[in-house]
Amino acid sequence: MPRKSRLHTPRPHSRPGEEPDFSYLELSPAGAVSRPDVNARVRDIGNLSVELVRVLDDDHVAVGPWNPHLEIHDLQVGLRHMMLTRIFDERMQRVQRQGKISFYMRSLGEEAVSVAQGMALRPRDMLFPSYRNQGLYMVRGRPLVDLMCQLLSNTRDMCKGRQLPVMYHWTEGRIFSISGNLTTQFPQAVGWAMAAAIKGEDDIAVSWIGEGSSAEADFHHAMLFASVYMAPVILNIVNNQWAISTFQGFAGGEQRSFAARGPGYGMAGIRVDGNDFLAVHAVTQWAAERARTGAGPTLIEHVTYRGAAHSTSDDPSRYRPKDDYEKWPLGDPVSRLKNHLIALGEWSEERHSVLAQELEEHVAASWKEAVQYGTLNEGPRLNRDLMFEDVFKEMPAHLRKQREQLRAEQGG
Amino acid sequence: MNMIQALNSAMDILLARDPNVIVMGEDVGFFGGVFRVTDGLQRKYGEHRVLDTPIAEGAIVGAAIGMGVNGLRPIAEVQFADYIYPACDQIFSELARLRYRSAGDFWAPVTIRSPCGGGIRGGQTHSQSPEGIFTHVCGIKVVMPSNPYDAKGLLIAAVEDDDPVVFFEPKRLYNGPFDGDPNKPAVPWSTHPKGEVPAGYYTVPLGKAEIVRKGSAVTIVSYGTMIYVCEAAARTLGIDAEIIDVRSMVPLDVETLCTSVKKTGRCLIAHEATRFSGFGGELSATIQEECFWNLEAPIQRVAGYDTPYPHAFEWEYFPGQPRVATALKAVMETP
Repeated sequence: MPRKSRLHTPRPHSRPGEEPDFSYLELSPAGAVSRPDVNARVRDIGNLSVELVRVLDDDHVAVGPWNPHLEIHDLQVGLRHMMLTRIFDERMQRVQRQGKISFYMRSLGEEAVSVAQGMALRPRDMLFPSYRNQGLYMVRGRPLVDLMCQLLSNTRDMCKGRQLPVMYHWTEGRIFSISGNLTTQFPQAVGWAMAAAIKGEDDIAVSWIGEGSSAEADFHHAMLFASVYMAPVILNIVNNQWAISTFQGFAGGEQRSFAARGPGYGMAGIRVDGNDFLAVHAVTQWAAERARTGAGPTLIEHVTYRGAAHSTSDDPSRYRPKDDYEKWPLGDPVSRLKNHLIALGEWSEERHSVLAQELEEHVAASWKEAVQYGTLNEGPRLNRDLMFEDVFKEMPAHLRKQREQLRAEQGG
Repeated sequence: MNMIQALNSAMDILLARDPNVIVMGEDVGFFGGVFRVTDGLQRKYGEHRVLDTPIAEGAIVGAAIGMGVNGLRPIAEVQFADYIYPACDQIFSELARLRYRSAGDFWAPVTIRSPCGGGIRGGQTHSQSPEGIFTHVCGIKVVMPSNPYDAKGLLIAAVEDDDPVVFFEPKRLYNGPFDGDPNKPAVPWSTHPKGEVPAGYYTVPLGKAEIVRKGSAVTIVSYGTMIYVCEAAARTLGIDAEIIDVRSMVPLDVETLCTSVKKTGRCLIAHEATRFSGFGGELSATIQEECFWNLEAPIQRVAGYDTPYPHAFEWEYFPGQPRVATALKAVMETP
């Protein structure tokens, strides 16, 4: 029989009602991947982009050359930030269900990515996040009230009521404005990093996208420019396996790892267990030092799992098994760090519950304060004139005229 | 100076005055640009201030935004306006809206230079005039000079402006004013008063139109190459036209346009770009709203035909003097 050409349509490994099947994942044992010098040549470290850097083993012990040997205090702080992120997410999900905010996106299962990376970077490094990196705000210490006011589009909204919930920004904290259009921040981060290099400063830029968003042209633009100019940037693909309803195969992850696109473009690529706080911290430190010492950019693929729906507008039970997150072979990032600390004798179930309770109360008190500044539907509202500001630095005549028109239309 | 030298002089001055100004684009560095507009700048300011880039317009603009956020003032060249579309998401969704969406906290003072327009045998991929598309986007300024003096002054003003600017350069005017007749010998800028360009620093403000010819019979509102076509057509017909060079489409100098139309009572709008949903429609609507009771005749629009730019029929397509003359005669008729 002569062979025929064919059209392949990628299929996820399990659908609703089926047993979750993650046998497609290629894993490496904890501690098995070598740690090259930060200035290693791209051609000599291709293995990093296909193996999987892991530090925490099944007995919750940190092993191997990538162990970052963090202080106990840092591990506890990391755990706290991850727990706060999760508790904040859960609470905001609930207030969305109650109709207090229009929309929300949780980062359940991906907390280690933002928190460990945020902690491995310097405060002056510039962050260009996606919409699922709220952990960065926890690490850099933005008051929760400020985030909530953005979610509420109220009188203290940092975006002055112009953005969908979760599209935060923070100039002092050096966290860039989230667009809502996917991957646009990737080439911008590279440009920011190029400017730092042009100015001779040693701050680096770091950006995040999901694996689904790596399909956008901006991903390729960013990779090309980062590689050509050896920009001091870390580009992260958070491979949480799902882009709303399409699994990672549709973004091109079936035949080769996303990290392998790094060497494909002539830059370092590392595939890391994204639910392993220590591994994520270690590879980020490695990539940051590489960028800061002029050895060029790194693409990091975080192998993780989107534990929750894409957003409050999504229903994953329509396209994937209900219990798949529980079956995810790389576990849960919060539990793993917690168990590691317990194994070290530096944490306990009791301390964990006490901390969880404290964080719950902190989130609840913050919410109580935030709603005083107004919600979308009740309480004080932003001045409608703000609608016309910041389109340009100075308001041109046609916008002044339209502002007058609105005032006349609405009275006052 | 011709327009190429004037633009080069503007960038030379900007690079010298402000260490944060950088020039980037395809072929702009070592080679000095396919139209020679950046000639010699890399030699003078180095490879970190005048960057050759890969052929990726979306990446050029995306990176320029990041640079702008980090304190630089990039001048990004898109080699032909016809190639600007891959950059449009970065321009429309990012560059234009960054200040707004971040409530004024983040912004990027990026100027995008791009040669536009036809009349150079460029076919459908080297002749377009897409300025109207950009005027429809909230948050970017849109500029098109028609002569060397304005080109230099407007470019310096655009780069010094903290808002993003898309700066279109009518490439048929690079070497001299062009009245739409390809059979006549080329006229150099050295014979035109606007070819006299000071060597030093000066600006031409954004948002200000210029009356290039005073007149009383009809107001011609135009920009770019069509200024010279309209001048020639009115001269041939012996019509005392007041000709206004819009120069800056966003923000638009409505006052200068409407003051003139109220005076003459007649208006003709001319651009090279295609007609349907072209910027002429916006000009016409605005003038009609402001000047309706002063108008003696319907506003006339002259534009490129609503087809892609055809290689073989360039001069049938181009809105030359005959098309302007027909419209001028029509607008001069009183019913």
